Amino acid sequence: MDQNVGQYLETDVLIIGAGGAGMYGAISAAKAGANVILLDKSIVGRSGATIMAQMTVAAAIGEEEPDDWRFHLKDTITAGRGLVDEPLAQILCEMAPARIWEMEDWGIGWARSVAGGNHITQAHAPGHDRNRCVYVDFLSTGPASSRTLRNQVRKYDNIRRISDLTVTDIVVEDGKAVGAVALHLESGEPVTIAAKATIIATGGLTSMYNRNSASANMGGDGFALGLRAGAELIDMEFVQFFPIGHLAPRLIGMDPIMWDPFRYKLGGRLLNGDMEEFTQNYGTAEDGKYVVTRDMATYAIVKEVEAGRGSPHGGAWLSFEHIPKPDLRAAFGPVIDRLAKVGIDLTKMAIEVYPIAHYHMGGLRVNDSLTTNVSNLFAAGEAVGGANGANRLSGNAITEAFVFGELAGRGAAEAAKGQTMPDIHDSARPYLEIITNAGARTGDGPNPTSAITELQKLLQQDVGPFRTGEGLQRAVAAISEMQAELPHMPTGGAIAFNQQLGDWFGLRNMLAVAETIATAALARTESRGAHQREDFPGLDEAWSYNQVIRADGDGLHISRGEVRQLS
Amino acid sequence: MSETQSAKNTANLKIRRGGPEQPERHETFDFPFEDGQSVLDALRWIRGNKDASLAVRYSCISANACKECVMRIDGRTGYACTTPLRAGEMLIEPLPNKRLIRDLVTDTLPPDERL
Ligand SMILES: Cc1cc2nc3c(=O)[nH]c(=O)nc-3n(C[C@H](O)[C@H](O)[C@H](O)COP(=O)(O)OP(=O)(O)OC[C@H]3O[C@@H](n4cnc5c(N)ncnc54)[C@H](O)[C@@H]3O)c2cc1C
Ligand code: FES
Repeated sequence: MDQNVGQYLETDVLIIGAGGAGMYGAISAAKAGANVILLDKSIVGRSGATIMAQMTVAAAIGEEEPDDWRFHLKDTITAGRGLVDEPLAQILCEMAPARIWEMEDWGIGWARSVAGGNHITQAHAPGHDRNRCVYVDFLSTGPASSRTLRNQVRKYDNIRRISDLTVTDIVVEDGKAVGAVALHLESGEPVTIAAKATIIATGGLTSMYNRNSASANMGGDGFALGLRAGAELIDMEFVQFFPIGHLAPRLIGMDPIMWDPFRYKLGGRLLNGDMEEFTQNYGTAEDGKYVVTRDMATYAIVKEVEAGRGSPHGGAWLSFEHIPKPDLRAAFGPVIDRLAKVGIDLTKMAIEVYPIAHYHMGGLRVNDSLTTNVSNLFAAGEAVGGANGANRLSGNAITEAFVFGELAGRGAAEAAKGQTMPDIHDSARPYLEIITNAGARTGDGPNPTSAITELQKLLQQDVGPFRTGEGLQRAVAAISEMQAELPHMPTGGAIAFNQQLGDWFGLRNMLAVAETIATAALARTESRGAHQREDFPGLDEAWSYNQVIRADGDGLHISRGEVRQLS
Repeated sequence: MSETQSAKNTANLKIRRGGPEQPERHETFDFPFEDGQSVLDALRWIRGNKDASLAVRYSCISANACKECVMRIDGRTGYACTTPLRAGEMLIEPLPNKRLIRDLVTDTLPPDERL
């Protein structure tokens, strides 16, 4: 083995990212007979959004009341504001029940209503026309999903799991994906993985924003990997912000979007830093009820803070102090106890909230078999764009991880069948050099770790929930300046578990992805779903198409793609 | 830490640094904090503002979901993201019973998940 190039591995199917989509993909590819490498930049099954989710999974299983995937599809299309890729959304909704039952067979333990004849309980979530959302008690949907899938993955001898391995580039030969190169964080060594088929299952990008619900590993790697490999991205301007994300006091072990169900059940009051109600100044008085829409709430909070009337941490107060204790307990029993443990007594104190980046609707553009325009390159989970259009229904994201993961795994195994193992020793070399060169850069200068913080602030401010042409232009310019600095940033040299080097690769991807979001947002001169332009309020029918982005040596190319509809 | 935050107390984090081959060495960082902030908040702040080379493993940051931030805090095993800071000296060390990789990172991977 050539020492400079590190280990060389071979597999039928390479899966990048081991969240819900990656693990499901590994299982179905292995079932179809493929040898699989399932790798994660942190720990397999622990590091992405899947394990953090606490709420629900949408699927028309009709346990709670009669339902049909067509109703689910209709709601998904309505929520997506004219931009849903309907064939993809159909796959999502139609195949969802099979995945929910399969997970049940694998022992996930969906919450059941014993009194009602021992059926799986389905809750109502906003935007759904009926009770459709399954969950695992109490607030354990994500952890239970991860555990269940991890247990299944372990049953297959033909799945090799590798943790602490960050894919830095996909290797492409003649427009065909032939594997990837990766950085082994512990040793700093590069690794080459030749693969007949590759699946990008790296999740979303919300950790690019400084207010987010994300783990540290959700920096949009997969979008950048795809872009550099020649794959097309779609709908990148649609980042979903959740209006009343938890801001303060520090809250541990709870989902930052947890206040939504509280508001649904109990109303609550949104107050500014002077402890005064303020949403009426932006068009809707609340009167203790949860009537303010998501975009309005986001707008009112952002504007109130900008006007200098924010809460101490720069958000709004959300108060349930006027709700009698027994009512709080009746609605959220065990959760009230968990809050008490971290010192939060809702009858005595308000908490602070602010819009947080929560999910990415955009992503890799795929066809109905989840293949990108690059041969042998698939995508699954949140990394896929299109199925949710301009706005996602709650509960659809985990469904998307399961359904697309399963389908992409099968497709990749099938694609691998007819092929011989590619020899990528030569084609991987330039990508390996990037790792070696980055790793060798010591010295002083702005480091990538603090540059990420800077970028997060910039994106929150200028490419966040509310955008203007001026702000977006400022962002595009700042991103390109940072891109120019990137090749000179020190990475700390040859030390074990060099996270600064990991951050350099993270920043490299974030900048590439940030440019796509800002560019697409600047081009879309209307407001629709999660993309809100202050200088172009209101939806413009003329903009009812998807924006498609690809990159080559000359930079980004943005074009318009017709929204795919069901005939 | 942003100016809007009102730091009341300062934690002096005495952190065990270095790798397995190096002699034992501690380094102290002062972090002004407000109630409710965790040990991981301080460690991430140190990485971003004082010393980006500090090695510390975490993913979910405060969801207590990933369990990656496990270490020794004041002589007891705990999660950095759920352990509140307190004023005065806090001793932060890697797990003693796992192979040390560097600083606060030890080999906590399942054996069949290593490269
Ligand atoms: C706090 C929170 C709560 C949520 N609640 C809900 C809910 O109740 N219902 C719902 O439907 N949705 C919810 N969502 C959204 C949903 O959880 C995600 O969309 C979904 O789990 C994504 O699954 P995934 O497998 O695509 O990605 P993830 O689960 O994020 O997994 C991606 C994996 O890829 C790895 N990775 C990334 N880059 C690389 C690289 N370069 N090399 C190697 N590995 C890499 C990451 O470490 C990670 O483990 C929530 C999200 C969050 C953050
Ligand atoms: S960072 Fe995930 S449990 Fe501490």
